[in-house]
Amino acid sequence: MWTIGLGHYLFVSAVLFTFGVFGIFVNRKNVIVILMCVELMLLAVNINLVAFSVFQGNVVGQIFAMLVLTVAAAEAAIGLAIIVVYFRNRGTIEVEDISAMKG
Amino acid sequence: MDLAIKLIVFLPLVAAAVTGLFCRVIGDKPAQVVTCAALLIAAALSIFVFVRIGFGPEDGKMFVVRLFSWFTSGTVDVAWSLRVDTLTAVMLVVVTGVSSMVHVYSVGYMAEDTSIPRFMAYLSLFTFFMLMLVTADNLVQLFFGWEGVGLASYLLIGFWYDKPSANAAAMKAFIVNRVGDFGFALGIFAVWMLTGSVGFNDIFAKAHDMSTMHFMFLGKEVPALETACLLLFVGAMGKSAQLGLHTWLPDAMEGPTPVSALIHAATMVTAGVFMVCRLSPLFELAPVASQVVTLVGAATAFFAATIGLTQFDIKRVIAYSTCSQLGYMFFAAGVGAYSAAMFHLMTHAFFKALLFLGSGSVIHCLHHEQDMRKMGGVKEKAPQTFILMWIGTLALAGIGVPMIFGHGIGFAGFHSKDAILEGAFAAHSTVGQIAYWLGIAGAFMTAFYSTRLMFMTFYGKYRGDHHTWDHAHESPMVMLIPLYVLATGAVLAGFVAYPWFVGGDWENFWGHAIAVHATEHILHAMHEIPEWAGLLPLVMGVSGIALSYVYYIARPDLPAKTAAMFRPIYTFFYNKWYFDELYEAVFVQPALAIGRLFWKKGDGAIIDGLGPDNIAARSLNFAGVLSRFQSGYLYQYAFMMLLGVAALVTYFVVMVR
Repeated sequence: MWTIGLGHYLFVSAVLFTFGVFGIFVNRKNVIVILMCVELMLLAVNINLVAFSVFQGNVVGQIFAMLVLTVAAAEAAIGLAIIVVYFRNRGTIEVEDISAMKG
Repeated sequence: MDLAIKLIVFLPLVAAAVTGLFCRVIGDKPAQVVTCAALLIAAALSIFVFVRIGFGPEDGKMFVVRLFSWFTSGTVDVAWSLRVDTLTAVMLVVVTGVSSMVHVYSVGYMAEDTSIPRFMAYLSLFTFFMLMLVTADNLVQLFFGWEGVGLASYLLIGFWYDKPSANAAAMKAFIVNRVGDFGFALGIFAVWMLTGSVGFNDIFAKAHDMSTMHFMFLGKEVPALETACLLLFVGAMGKSAQLGLHTWLPDAMEGPTPVSALIHAATMVTAGVFMVCRLSPLFELAPVASQVVTLVGAATAFFAATIGLTQFDIKRVIAYSTCSQLGYMFFAAGVGAYSAAMFHLMTHAFFKALLFLGSGSVIHCLHHEQDMRKMGGVKEKAPQTFILMWIGTLALAGIGVPMIFGHGIGFAGFHSKDAILEGAFAAHSTVGQIAYWLGIAGAFMTAFYSTRLMFMTFYGKYRGDHHTWDHAHESPMVMLIPLYVLATGAVLAGFVAYPWFVGGDWENFWGHAIAVHATEHILHAMHEIPEWAGLLPLVMGVSGIALSYVYYIARPDLPAKTAAMFRPIYTFFYNKWYFDELYEAVFVQPALAIGRLFWKKGDGAIIDGLGPDNIAARSLNFAGVLSRFQSGYLYQYAFMMLLGVAALVTYFVVMVR
């Protein structure tokens, strides 16, 4: 039988993080997807924190994961709010159309 | 006396400065009043100085007013000083006299112009430079005045700067004069090399030493004084529009007519003659140079007259006439009759200024029409101008009654032109004979073209459009009074001044202002020439007028027939002997081509292409590449960030550990 070890957790976390990263710059359609990818990266980090916390018997990691979840919630709220406002102003949230920072 | 001389020279400068610098503040009327008043005062003082010096005692023949030292460099010591002897006194009267009349005339002529103060300031500035030129005590100061009048001439020819042709003419005048001035500058260097001085007194004292010196040039010995005189004469040729360097003078007629009268007839163009007379102690010892002067003068006198026969622009006819008359003065100076040259310079200033201002009056009357083919019958509209122009024409043609009152009585040109031609005949040299016969031919043509001008302008029926004719009017008094003054000069100057300039009193009058030996020789010989040689100029003048009468009054169909019969010659004369075309092909086009080569290839392609332009283009390319990184897309920035993080991590993992 396989024993689920720390390595497996870390591998899942790394895969999720990579998905998140690629989701940000491969995605060309929707800003909300970018927001979701950011969430995905945060969750990957959370898995890391919780996994290390369990395997080392130190509860600080789990507490920190709770903190990250809170921050992520707040971030999602603010991010969605920004997107709503942006949509009102520009009428679109297509990633292709958001290039106001262009030189 | 010193004060009077200083005032004569510097009043015009003050007037020019006041009107020129404060023209926006003081307005039109005060500008006219200030400049006219300054010039009239200067003219009055000039007459005073002239009388004091011309008829003063032997020891009062020359005043030198030293102002201050200009510069001292090594052994060159140049001072600002005003030297007034009889030669200068004559020029003072001519310059300030004509200039003041032109100033007054301009008040009327330029009344509708938009920049009157600028015009008056330029005129006064010109007068100042001309006075500096004639009162110069050394060659450098002479050169200062020489260049100054060139500048004023440039400014005034191009006075109507919105006319492209005026700008072109101004540049042409300036550039052609550069050629002459180059020779003049070399001449000054040569004289300085030979004598170690530029002051006239020192130069004249060493004239005899100079005549024995030699220059080494390209391994050959050339006589030094001859070379110096020839170089100086090149300068005179440029300023006085002699054959070869004359092309600027007709074009200079683009300027306002008072300018043509003042600068391009009476004063500036005579500066060359003045210079040769001033340096007559040198020229009298340089026989070859004098022969060149004679030949160039005679050739110009003839050549310019032939062109004058065919021109239709009223001002151009008079311009070529000026050119021709300057030729007379030069060959008089060339054969040693310096006093006759100055005599003609003086009388010519009066009647030529009169003719120019008179033609200006006609042009003013016909609303700036200058083409004589569109004139005719103007005597009805401008009777006073008509009479005044006749006086000028008769003076130019040299009409008078010979052999009464000793030397005859006649208009100004009668006395002075006869004196010149008699002088040329009396020189008993080959060049003198050439000059005499060319001068006789010139006298005939002069009479013809000047009366042709009169007949075409004032007689017959008007050939322009009716609108202009209905508005044609006689000029106002402010323009006519100067004409009357000049006409008085044109009538009397020759008769009155004959004894002083070339008659019995010449030794008392001139003192040591001109070369005494040559003048004495020629003036003696003049009395011994055969009678026919003295009468021939008058005969030629009268027959020229008669022929002109036949051509333009009695048989108006003849000019066209003659032109058709002698088509090649006529075309040749009409196109001014193709000098402009020749220079265009030989000098202007190659110069432009070289300029374009250096501009496009040398500067544009090589220096700019490899230097500034290249660097600018490369940095622009590089910036273009860089700017593509700033796309504005968030995900690309994030990707870059990731790459950066990956690179840093790799660096630390691989290198640091």
